[in-house]
Amino acid sequence: MFLKFSLHSMFYGAGGGNDIQWCFSQVKGAVDDDVAEADIISTVEFNHSGELLATGDKGGRVVIFQQEQENKIQSHSRGEYNVYSTFQSHEPEFDYLKSLEIEEKINKIRWLPQKNAAQFLLSTNDKTIKLWKISERDKRPEGYNLKEEDGRYRDPTTVTTLRVPVFRPMDLMVEASPRRIFANAHTYHINSISINSDYETYLSADDLRINLWHLEITDRSFNIVDIKPANMEELTEVITAAEFHPNSCNTFVYSSSKGTIRLCDMRASALCDRHSKLFEEPEDPSNRSFFSEIISSISDVKFSHSGRYMMTRDYLSVKIWDLNMENRPVETYQVHEYLRSKLCSLYENDCIFDKFECCWNGSDSVVMTGSYNNFFRMFDRNTKRDITLEASRENNKPRTVLKPRKVCASGKRKKDEISVDSLDFNKKILHTAWHPKENIIAVATTNNLYIFQDKVN
Amino acid sequence: EMEDKVTSPEKAEEAKLKARYPHLGQKPGGSDFLRKRLQKGQKYFDSGDYNMAKAKMKNKQLPTAAPDKTEVTGDHIPTPQDLPQRKPSLVASKLAG
Repeated sequence: MFLKFSLHSMFYGAGGGNDIQWCFSQVKGAVDDDVAEADIISTVEFNHSGELLATGDKGGRVVIFQQEQENKIQSHSRGEYNVYSTFQSHEPEFDYLKSLEIEEKINKIRWLPQKNAAQFLLSTNDKTIKLWKISERDKRPEGYNLKEEDGRYRDPTTVTTLRVPVFRPMDLMVEASPRRIFANAHTYHINSISINSDYETYLSADDLRINLWHLEITDRSFNIVDIKPANMEELTEVITAAEFHPNSCNTFVYSSSKGTIRLCDMRASALCDRHSKLFEEPEDPSNRSFFSEIISSISDVKFSHSGRYMMTRDYLSVKIWDLNMENRPVETYQVHEYLRSKLCSLYENDCIFDKFECCWNGSDSVVMTGSYNNFFRMFDRNTKRDITLEASRENNKPRTVLKPRKVCASGKRKKDEISVDSLDFNKKILHTAWHPKENIIAVATTNNLYIFQDKVN
Repeated sequence: EMEDKVTSPEKAEEAKLKARYPHLGQKPGGSDFLRKRLQKGQKYFDSGDYNMAKAKMKNKQLPTAAPDKTEVTGDHIPTPQDLPQRKPSLVASKLAG
């Protein structure tokens, strides 16, 4: 039995997407179907240790969950995630000069690596990035000479002895405070923020420009990419996502609405308008249609933890690129190819513009992305097997293994398969996150957060 | 002679779309979407224009955005009902409940 197990993991590697048995762990959020706009989840992110999980929503609120310490006795599951802190990060604003409504929706959250007892994260809406400090308070000073315990001041004439105040334990209080506000640097809408591996700077990207900031300095920002044409009538593409390389502090990439990725080296020049590398898959011109450019638009780009690869998500597929090869991706995974024959309706209901994100597991062996009908997909890069799972309250018995789903593209539908026409296109999974070390995943449906874990024997 | 009758599913969908919206794609395709994307959040509301139009068209319907997808900006007059409520959320997230 032992031998079988070790051969198994030798061939398939730890973290293989299909050799993991995913089980429901928790679900957060309201049960009712009537979803308030503010409750729509807009971003999900684990911190570097995986102990904290942050969500942002359309109402500008951030909720942080903390994994409870593992209970050694109850070793059938890893710690659960419970609410740690929640705060209003951004509020709606109106720019009267430009007659522009600024949504409070949190577009991205990125954690800083932990340097001291407090935790720091960056959260951004369309226009303003904020650095938040989340700190714990579990002691309070007691025994003041001039104050009573309830805060009332004592009459100094009644004080006959002096005592030294001491710290006494109190119930844990978690406080969030905004430490920096990085504003007024973006004319267009911010789609990405990414912290540099130097842990001192970060980039923010909007549709046409990318800016470099220092975490300590809010009144200055350097523009490092500007693709705005002199004549806006000539605009043909926009920036859709950007990320710093995980190890090389001089390297970053940005993706475009035309399906290209540009890698830039900040050592080359101050303004990185000329890319160092251009990643683009050649297109067969005979296959070109009205939809080609729209579905090639990249909605997310993520470096692998190793820094050797990057992953891009376009409307129908996930592609893995080797940074050493610009002319085509090394791997392509079809997320929901059956939608290709539904593009007309998907254009009419605007679903074709949905921006799906993607993520890597800790060992870069499995990638995950969302789809419709509250389905999400995982692709194991080693075994080349893939799986479709569903985030649904119907499967919410802890420790029951999730049943794989299958969509029937056409023809005879087998039992347990779902036909393309029965898919609910309002149930989209745009945001998913994978714990940096463990097989724990966070999957956001419209207004609920699901946490799944692999089966622990 | 064999006629190749196989059309890619994408091209078939394109034909369907062009049949429904014949004016689509006559301007450069990319720019329409991009301009719409860049204009997100733009609200124009001139109360003078609005009140004058309301006075002139007491019994007629105010012009509304065409259902045609070629419109990039609405040339309809926004009404107070069109403008969404913009109060900040004072309620805590239900995820924290």
